[in-house]
Amino acid sequence: MTEMTYLQAISDGLREEMRHDKRVVVFGEDIGVYGGAFKVTQGFQDEFGPWRVLDMPLSETAIVGGATGAAIMGLRPVAEMQFADFISCAWDHLVTVASKQHWRAGTPVPIVIRLPSGGGFSGGPFHSQNPESSFAHIPGLKCLCPSTPEDAKGLLIAAIHDPNPVLFFEHKHLYRRIKGEVPQGRYTTPIGKARLHREGEDVTVVTWGAMVHTAAEAAQKLGDVSVEIVDLRSILPWDEQAVLASVRKTSKVLVLHEDTRTGGFGGEIAATIAEHAFEHLDAPVRRLTAPDTPVPFSPPLEHAFIPQVDDVVAAIKELVEY
Amino acid sequence: MSAAGVAVDVVMPQMGVSVSEGTVTRWAKQVGDQVEADETLLEISTDKVDTEVPSPASGVLTEILVEEGSTVEVGTVLARIGGGGASTATAVPAAPPAPEPEPAAVEAPEPGSAEGSQVREPHAGNGGQPPPGKSFVSPVVARIASEHGIDPAEVPGSGNGGRVTKKDILAFLESRDATAAAPPPPPPVEAPQQAPAPPPPVEAPQQAPAPPPAPGGAGETEEPVTAMRRGIAEHMRRSLDTSAHVTSAIEVDLTRLAAIRAKLKPEYEAGYGVNPTYLAFVARAAVETLRDYPYVNGELRGDKIVTRNYVNLGFAVELADGKGLIVPVLHNAETLNLLGLAKGIADIAARARAKQLKPDDVAGGTFTITNPGGYGTFHGTPVISQPQAAILGTYAIVKRPWVITDPDGADAIAIRQIMNVTLTYDHRLIDGALAGRFLRDLRERLQTWNETDY
Repeated sequence: MTEMTYLQAISDGLREEMRHDKRVVVFGEDIGVYGGAFKVTQGFQDEFGPWRVLDMPLSETAIVGGATGAAIMGLRPVAEMQFADFISCAWDHLVTVASKQHWRAGTPVPIVIRLPSGGGFSGGPFHSQNPESSFAHIPGLKCLCPSTPEDAKGLLIAAIHDPNPVLFFEHKHLYRRIKGEVPQGRYTTPIGKARLHREGEDVTVVTWGAMVHTAAEAAQKLGDVSVEIVDLRSILPWDEQAVLASVRKTSKVLVLHEDTRTGGFGGEIAATIAEHAFEHLDAPVRRLTAPDTPVPFSPPLEHAFIPQVDDVVAAIKELVEY
Repeated sequence: MSAAGVAVDVVMPQMGVSVSEGTVTRWAKQVGDQVEADETLLEISTDKVDTEVPSPASGVLTEILVEEGSTVEVGTVLARIGGGGASTATAVPAAPPAPEPEPAAVEAPEPGSAEGSQVREPHAGNGGQPPPGKSFVSPVVARIASEHGIDPAEVPGSGNGGRVTKKDILAFLESRDATAAAPPPPPPVEAPQQAPAPPPPVEAPQQAPAPPPAPGGAGETEEPVTAMRRGIAEHMRRSLDTSAHVTSAIEVDLTRLAAIRAKLKPEYEAGYGVNPTYLAFVARAAVETLRDYPYVNGELRGDKIVTRNYVNLGFAVELADGKGLIVPVLHNAETLNLLGLAKGIADIAARARAKQLKPDDVAGGTFTITNPGGYGTFHGTPVISQPQAAILGTYAIVKRPWVITDPDGADAIAIRQIMNVTLTYDHRLIDGALAGRFLRDLRERLQTWNETDY
């Protein structure tokens, strides 16, 4: 085990796979010579050469389209969006072609799209979004949202091994803030399996990504309330059984996400709980999310927009007192 | 909705700060009866007092939620008055009617209008719903209740507005099962469900109540422990675990006092309708003596010794037929003369037996007198009423051959009326010599009582 930041763990996982499998190539803007906007691929071009670490034009359409074609031809491309927000440009290739290819033609499309996402540092409306819910609605895609360095590496490797398109949402606010022990070498973290970040008895918080850490801080602050935190890690497919098991235990649930509320994935979780664990509920399922606006640039507004530790504390208290 | 249409809850009252529960002993009214405000609705028993509960409102008694014999926590809704019918649905507004919901906070803030954390509140909150209240039963509580054949209304609720939470009903089940000494019910946790969308598990009906407790042995009969008995048991045990009980006794010659009392009695009875009992004399003498012995009227409180410039005098009063003992308190007994004490003692004793005591009548005692002598006992070792430091016992007045010394110094045997008096004291605070001096002074006061003393 080695202590790594979240960012180093992603870089390490990608490097391990590239060393192991020559079909793994990376495409992206400024990922080669410059080493990527966040330096995930720093040194990669020196180690793996310009034909496996390809600087691409400023066109997400070209990146995802090219990756899809290369995958169909037998490579295992890992494409980087400089910011997750820009994936909208590649929507057509991803949603119309890549996600449906297996169902249409039986052809695997083993692409991974790395998506630096999330806010918390005044990136403004174009550099702070968490668009995972939009893609969780697309059958044929997988959406991963790791919260720890160990899971980030293990899930990235699992994504590269997966025969179909995987969107890998890396939370930028975790890149250098979160450190943890990471196993050396190649290992995979199962896609679609949640992780109990913290065991508890009174209230379940279902969340993923950076909000796992917000929830953990809130649980710490609450002291006398026993909070269970389910880190979904993967929201498509998502671990319904783990969530339902926790709900049956605590009977009170807070669904927490950094994405906006309406149509957010929290609604899907809440609905599933209502469908399958109705008779185990002791309070309404609560959602705590960002409001339905673009991510504000102004620091106080962004602070108000993203669920904060105190917001989670208040929401949990409300549930406990219900 | 008119005021008359709103149901009024009758709740288990708080009978003193340390009382957490009470038992409904009798309903004076039945569902459908018209009751007037302040009319007696039911009788309850707590570990401090038995009392009548007056109706908080005028109207028809629409619901009785707690049966006779049930013990529930303070604040539990016992019944509802008014509300236009017995239907629970119409009685729901138990909590104060919810205010008109404010115009919902802006669901989708206008662009550019977002301000601080107010932006998120409408998203995080419960949409401005009023709290659920006692009569709302959540799905999990409903399920557990139906699996175990419980009426959720029987369960004391700790949730918002008195709602029964899952924890409440599980605790209720646990205590019920513990009481019944029954094997624990199957754990409520179901086997993990592997199918992605399983139907809800079909539970075998578990309506059978917990099996009855093991029957008593041959020739034994059992009866439930009343709240008062439980309170007495707990208090007695705690007192013996707290204080270092020591008892000293002294013999008091009451011959002179008996003669004075015999003269006073017709006067008191004719003039004030009260009997100047020996107890009143002893009480008066004790209050006077306590003035000189503040520790006996004191308290060991943590690392402090508390003494007082007043005496709240408790009297142990037996309720009918061994149904229990209660210690009503005459507050500021130092302000009462013999007549005042006699009247006060008669009043609280009568009210204790009629279950008319108020919480304050049993609180705040600083010294207690117990009088078990009525049956002829001549000695006893009573238990101190915590957190007091001592308790005085008075016993049977018996004619005995007694050595007295006449004014010339000659001894003679005379027939005198002798009463034993004991002081049981907390030896942590009161030394034996102090107790001895207290008893000596008390005896002196009683033996030298003058006709003009009061």
